[in-house]
Amino acid sequence: MSHYEAPIREPLVLGDKSYHDITEDIAKPIEGKANKNWYMAFYISLAAMLWGFGCIFYTVGTGIGVWGLSKNIGWAWDITNFVWWVGIGHAGTLISAVLLLFRQKWRMAINRSAEAMTIFAVFQAGLFPIIHMGRPWNGYWVLPIPNQFGSLWVNFNSPLLWDVFAISTYLSVSLVFWWTGLLPDFAMIRDRAVKPFQKKIYALLSFGWSGRAKDWQRFEEVSLVLAGLATPLVLSVHTIVSFDFATSINPGWHSTIFPPYFVAGAIFSGFAMVQTLLGIMRKVTNMEEYITRLHIEYMNIVIILTGGIVAVAYATEFFIAWYTGSPYEYYTYLSVGAATGPYWWAFYSLLLFNIAIPQLLWIKKIRRSFIWSFIISIAINIGMWFERFDIIAIVLSKGHLPSTWWRFEPTFVDVGIFIGTIGFFFVLFLLYARTFPVIAQAEVKTILKSSGEFYKKRREQGIPTKPEIKVAKPAAKKESKSDKKDKE
Amino acid sequence: MESSKVIHALYNDDEILLDAVKAVKAEHHHIEEVFCPFPVHGLDKAMGLAPTRLAITAFMYGITGLGIAIWMTNYMMIQDWPQDIGGKPSFSWFENMPAFVPIMFELTVFFAAHLMVITFYMRSRIWPFKEAENPDPRTTDDHFLMEIPVGDNEEDLKALLSKTGAVEINVVDKH
Repeated sequence: MSHYEAPIREPLVLGDKSYHDITEDIAKPIEGKANKNWYMAFYISLAAMLWGFGCIFYTVGTGIGVWGLSKNIGWAWDITNFVWWVGIGHAGTLISAVLLLFRQKWRMAINRSAEAMTIFAVFQAGLFPIIHMGRPWNGYWVLPIPNQFGSLWVNFNSPLLWDVFAISTYLSVSLVFWWTGLLPDFAMIRDRAVKPFQKKIYALLSFGWSGRAKDWQRFEEVSLVLAGLATPLVLSVHTIVSFDFATSINPGWHSTIFPPYFVAGAIFSGFAMVQTLLGIMRKVTNMEEYITRLHIEYMNIVIILTGGIVAVAYATEFFIAWYTGSPYEYYTYLSVGAATGPYWWAFYSLLLFNIAIPQLLWIKKIRRSFIWSFIISIAINIGMWFERFDIIAIVLSKGHLPSTWWRFEPTFVDVGIFIGTIGFFFVLFLLYARTFPVIAQAEVKTILKSSGEFYKKRREQGIPTKPEIKVAKPAAKKESKSDKKDKE
Repeated sequence: MESSKVIHALYNDDEILLDAVKAVKAEHHHIEEVFCPFPVHGLDKAMGLAPTRLAITAFMYGITGLGIAIWMTNYMMIQDWPQDIGGKPSFSWFENMPAFVPIMFELTVFFAAHLMVITFYMRSRIWPFKEAENPDPRTTDDHFLMEIPVGDNEEDLKALLSKTGAVEINVVDKH
């Protein structure tokens, strides 16, 4: 009965599949050749990335003055992008860690790509504060190391320093979690590789994984403990990012609901990005039988939930801003002032993309449709970018002192760096999709008998999942000494 | 090292393997190793493997990280270079502690996660440039391999293994 699952549950692996079929399916995109679409997407992303790098070099060479920010709106476009990218990263850890703790089997088809997305997104996020320093070569000043300035240490009271610790811990732990899960899958590719160079590379990547019973026992324990550590970690990261705002004294930022609201928003945007990526990837890599309608629906349910939390947070912010009666609150990003001021378009974009459009997912047909999920996920990605833009640009554009009121306009460099990070992200993801096992095949094999369509059908017919034993012919006999020892 | 003979019995189903391990154990044979393409639940118990203590090491590493965070914040902020930030002077670590909670938490997780994974890699002998030791490449695909040392009971073992559903039985010299 070890492979029992209630028949009412829909299968997670479609088709008539054996363990070997899973191996074949996952190895195919790696062993095959890339098609024209892949090359087209790759070159477009590469061009965007190079353009972004050009803008970064221009910024570093000339100075932050090439951006549209000013003394009053000091965190403009780039910190918006930083928070946006960090938020996107959260879904990967949520899928791999939180869903593991809850024993959700559907995570197994999507955790590998979601974690890859996390790592690549956090790379992009990390770029922005470093460029924002203006002198990135002094970036090591954020580390608590003995220095030549008279043992002047970093300030552990600062949320910006908490960010340094939170994000570096998050990135490195996610990377290790991801790689440990990849070892058995790299080993699978290694053991079936025919080209010697490929074999060498995957032998190196797999760290010599052999799959002993003891290794698997440790592997499962390590995964569980890492999941237990990563769950509070992922919540802490966006909590600390929200502290960047919440511990300040700006109206609109100084808000106690920021931590839970930011975490929900991060998961909301992260799942949207997973939908965007997997919507394309399942087609391109022929993983339609592993990433099914059911997976899409489950992710959409998480999106409805976290989107609902975000909507309630917006309503609370709007109400509280009005209820204080404070004139300073009149221009926060969720206020009448914002709705009627120069940033009205950003205000309404936020409501449209983040609150109105995701409500379509209440309809089951839309929730289970690939194309609709894809469109809605793009809308949420845009909406969540506007959320961060509104929080930063609208709030800072009208500070305590009316003579400092100022309007932010991005320059081509601002836009270029943002486009560059999107390009960089997709370059990494496209390379990943060609060279890494995009589905955790070892884990999917463990659920094949309980949640595979083939075995579920057989179980309904009363056929056990354990195949009948066909006694093999004894192996070719050697010159038998056959001095049998009897044993009980 | 003296070379010794072992039997490699290959299976192609996890449930059959699990029953086979139990049957071989019931006959009091020593199972040297089982190589699997994916984790088989209950296999460690059936083989009589001791539970892993990695979770305990993670706890100890986490405590170490917490200790380092406390020492670091105290040394840098309170002792070596105390400052009065926003009218909140650094007189004692305890009074300033709430601001250090994020650092304490992050370092706890950092140490627990990384050192546990490094311990796992060291204990299971996996690291870059390590040669794989699974005797048959099919064990990362869909086959399970049971390795049993043989003395003078080779024929018995073969009979037993083929009865339990082994799809292939090879006798090899292990160095």
